[in-house]
Amino acid sequence: MFYTYIFLPLISAILVPFLYKYFNRFVHTGWFVLLVPLSIFIYLVQYIPSVAAGDTYKYTLSWIPSLNVNIVSFVDGLSLLFGLLISGVGSLVIVYSIFYMSKAREALHNFYIYLLMFMGAMLGVVFSDNLLVLYGFWELTSVSSFLLISYWYERKSSRQGALKALLITVLGGFGMLAGFIMMIMMADTYSIREMIANLDVIQSHGLFIPAMLCILLGAFTKSAQFPFGIWLPDAMEAPTPVSSYLHSATMVKAGIYVVARMTPIFGGSSVWFWLVAGIGIITLLYGSLTALRQTDLKAMLAYSTISQLGLIMCLLGVGSLAVYFGPGESSTIFTVAAFAALFHLFNHSTFKGSLFMVVGILDHETGRRDIRYLGGLMQVMPITFTIALIGGLSMAGLPPFNGFLSKEMFFAAVNDVSKAGIFGLGSIGILFPIIAWVASIFTFVYCMIFIFKTFGGQYRPEKLTRKVHEAPWGMLISPAILAVLVILIFFFPNVLGKYILTPALSAILPTMTPSPYDLKISPWHGLNIELIMTIGVIVIGLLLFKSSKRWIQAMRNYPQGLTLNHWYNKGLSGTERLSASLTNGYMTGSLRHYLIYTFAFFVIVLVSSLLLLYGFQFDFSNDAAISIFDIGLVLGMVIAAGTVLFAGNRIVAIVALGALGYMVAMFFVIFRAPDLALTQMVVETVSTLLFLLCFYHLPKLKKGIERIPFKLTNLIISIAMGLTVTLLALSANGHKLFEPITSFFENSYKLAGAKNIVNAILVDFRGFDTMLEISVLAVAGLGVYILVHQRSKGREQHENE
Amino acid sequence: METLMVILVGILISIGTYLILSKQLLRIVLGASIVGHSVNLLIITSGGLKRGSAPLLGEKAAGFADAIPQALILTAIVINFAVTAVVLVLSYRAYKSFGTDDMEQLRGNENE
Amino acid sequence: MKTNDVILKSVTRVAAVIILTFSIYLFMNGHHHPGGGFIGGLSMSSAIVLLYLSFGVDKVRENIRVDFKKLAAIGVLIAIGTGMAGVIFGKPFLTQTFGYYDLPIFGNTELASALIFDTGVALAVIGTAVNIILSISEDR
Repeated sequence: MFYTYIFLPLISAILVPFLYKYFNRFVHTGWFVLLVPLSIFIYLVQYIPSVAAGDTYKYTLSWIPSLNVNIVSFVDGLSLLFGLLISGVGSLVIVYSIFYMSKAREALHNFYIYLLMFMGAMLGVVFSDNLLVLYGFWELTSVSSFLLISYWYERKSSRQGALKALLITVLGGFGMLAGFIMMIMMADTYSIREMIANLDVIQSHGLFIPAMLCILLGAFTKSAQFPFGIWLPDAMEAPTPVSSYLHSATMVKAGIYVVARMTPIFGGSSVWFWLVAGIGIITLLYGSLTALRQTDLKAMLAYSTISQLGLIMCLLGVGSLAVYFGPGESSTIFTVAAFAALFHLFNHSTFKGSLFMVVGILDHETGRRDIRYLGGLMQVMPITFTIALIGGLSMAGLPPFNGFLSKEMFFAAVNDVSKAGIFGLGSIGILFPIIAWVASIFTFVYCMIFIFKTFGGQYRPEKLTRKVHEAPWGMLISPAILAVLVILIFFFPNVLGKYILTPALSAILPTMTPSPYDLKISPWHGLNIELIMTIGVIVIGLLLFKSSKRWIQAMRNYPQGLTLNHWYNKGLSGTERLSASLTNGYMTGSLRHYLIYTFAFFVIVLVSSLLLLYGFQFDFSNDAAISIFDIGLVLGMVIAAGTVLFAGNRIVAIVALGALGYMVAMFFVIFRAPDLALTQMVVETVSTLLFLLCFYHLPKLKKGIERIPFKLTNLIISIAMGLTVTLLALSANGHKLFEPITSFFENSYKLAGAKNIVNAILVDFRGFDTMLEISVLAVAGLGVYILVHQRSKGREQHENE
Repeated sequence: METLMVILVGILISIGTYLILSKQLLRIVLGASIVGHSVNLLIITSGGLKRGSAPLLGEKAAGFADAIPQALILTAIVINFAVTAVVLVLSYRAYKSFGTDDMEQLRGNENE
Repeated sequence: MKTNDVILKSVTRVAAVIILTFSIYLFMNGHHHPGGGFIGGLSMSSAIVLLYLSFGVDKVRENIRVDFKKLAAIGVLIAIGTGMAGVIFGKPFLTQTFGYYDLPIFGNTELASALIFDTGVALAVIGTAVNIILSISEDR
């Protein structure tokens, strides 16, 4: 039952093309697709009461039972929170996309297949307990997001953005795979839950820090943390529903999920704290500062997403300190920080989702996303404006919106951490609240710019290409639902806290036992330092916004050469050039060179391994006697081969090759192999005929073949090849490591009813080989047929032209 | 006898390799054919030579020659024929399409 | 091919029959004596090729109306089919059986499913070899 729902997106993706083909004329395909996340959401909602009561569910789907590889899923508070976000925001995004994506013009089947694939992959990530299965779904999210970002693949910027996202996230994914494998080696289990149960083994292991670094690389690249965040703004080339889905609720939160999931294992270590909290707060500052410079609304939201993710990451880092202090009074404040991380994660999904949809509406209705062209839209789009106002003020951290609550908790957490006095926080811990405060001011300013440069000011229809009016209801309904949530959560935060966030917290910090009182979210704590900080943010932010005309241009003129993007592009083209020059260096296009590499490798590897393994041990005692006839044949063969080598006429060469083949047949007679002798005779006849026919039909081909010009390298390599084979064969003859298995086949009459052992091996004992061999033979025959006939067809076309 | 055969195989492989390294397509096909023959001889040599009669149970002999190398070679001969045919036709077509059988002229462009 | 070679033609008339008969003998005998699918198929295809060489492609094609490409495919299918028979009886793929039966004319005869498999091999070999030779000689 559970797996039906988890795999529902992947299964139903198969149906989408058919729905598109037969029903899209009547009904927008999105309505069918909507059923998928909606039913998953309803199914998952049923878990809320029992999970809130502390239950967890484990489901096992046997995959390769003989190897004991199973897909184990675990439903606890954390995975349920993410599952609800994925399916809930997914439903809203699909409703929105139904009105955003034109039924007639867009390739909807592609779009919805990618979207469902992505949704399924995200659900797989958050519900997997097996680390390798998690990794598999993790990479599937990268691949499907690549497809989604490059959905308008005819645009160059889309392709480049998609490639960038793929390169960066997959790079991190490989790091994470390495980290997972190290963890599996340490704990000797694939299950995350069993790892948490065996903490001591992992924490005392030498690979603890390397595994942590590798996993964080994966999480940071996915969650667009500094300095890996550059892929996220470029990913904005995707259709807006995709941006809204990927960057508010799902893809970028996958990294957060992994960090939260791993907190019980790695939390409490100083490296973990400094990396997660430190990178988080740097990302917060970097993202908010860069967002200020943007004129494209979507890019602004992209950088604001980066900065908000940094905020959540930082809170998770602070929360991990609770593991260090252990259960008790001193850890409570840090437990609350982790709680705030989850709370802000949820809030961010609501307000950022609605803001992205607002930008989509603006783009859709005005054809512009640049704030330099927009303005005064308040009058024409009042509903959109209201939604944008709610979302924007929530992001800025103002009451009465949910962003205010989580921002207050964030300030409280950074204040607490500056006083924690461990991990060297005593001296530089004060930086945390300062950076957080400064970044919040920037956040406030860009939120103001977002709202008032777009909707406020003078309405200038002459700058727009279209006649602007309010969006259709279908596009408004999804952001409106999210905006209503933003306000509802402000007034009733503890409903969310109790039923969804607290169980999730107990998954992140299972050993902590915070009292419900500690986890009570309230808008008013009295006139404390956090409130003063918020007031400071508002005052300074407003001043900066009012004076923005004076400094914003200076910000926008920030030199391109100093951006991370610039270095990424330089590095990418540099590696491309390097690999191209390297490849061109040895890939000369000359068959001879390639063969020389192959032969030289053959000789070097075989001779050196023979030398290293003392393989030169010859044994001539068992040799059979040599008769005069044998010597005559050997000489004859050498002469025939020499004739092929030195012949100046190709007929001579071919006949000499035929003679060589017949002499091989005679050797088979001497060596008591009648089947081989017969086959060799017939094959030699037919292939000599083949050679001759080929030349009969090639009158233009010059009769003589040039004598081979002498080349010393060729000679050396040829002799080395011959010597290597001789030495190898001789030393193989000198080592009889085990008894021959031939005696088994000598029972062929009893086993296969055949007196001809060779034939019995071919058709009976090793029938599979023979079957595949004749398949190869038939394919070769077809290949020859096609090579001959395709060419003559091409010539006919040429003649017709 | 085994030693003699191994030396013969070495010589044949040297000649075949030298032919393969030349730049004329026909030579390459001929060289590959020679290498194929010599490998067949090598395989049958590895099973031991001139011991017992042909692997036919009807012979009522005390011992039989090793049948496994023979079965391997039988398939190898037939496959060799097919491969030679494909390579030959390929080179024949290459000659017709490009007007040359010189590998150095068939190497294509820089930075392809 | 328009050689007017009376000797070749007259010899072929006789030789082709002998080669064909011998190839069938080789094929049928393969289970106990030297021979089998590969050798029988190859020698039969050499006989067919000899016919083509001496009488020309068009004349022989009029008399032997077989598409050799399809023949090769049929051969492979027969071989796979005998393998499937083993699967149907619950044995591993390509299990061969044999038994001894009293047949009216031949007396006590051994019948082996391996012979059917070998037929497939022979057909594939004939189809491929003749197809290769024909493809090249048809091209001009």
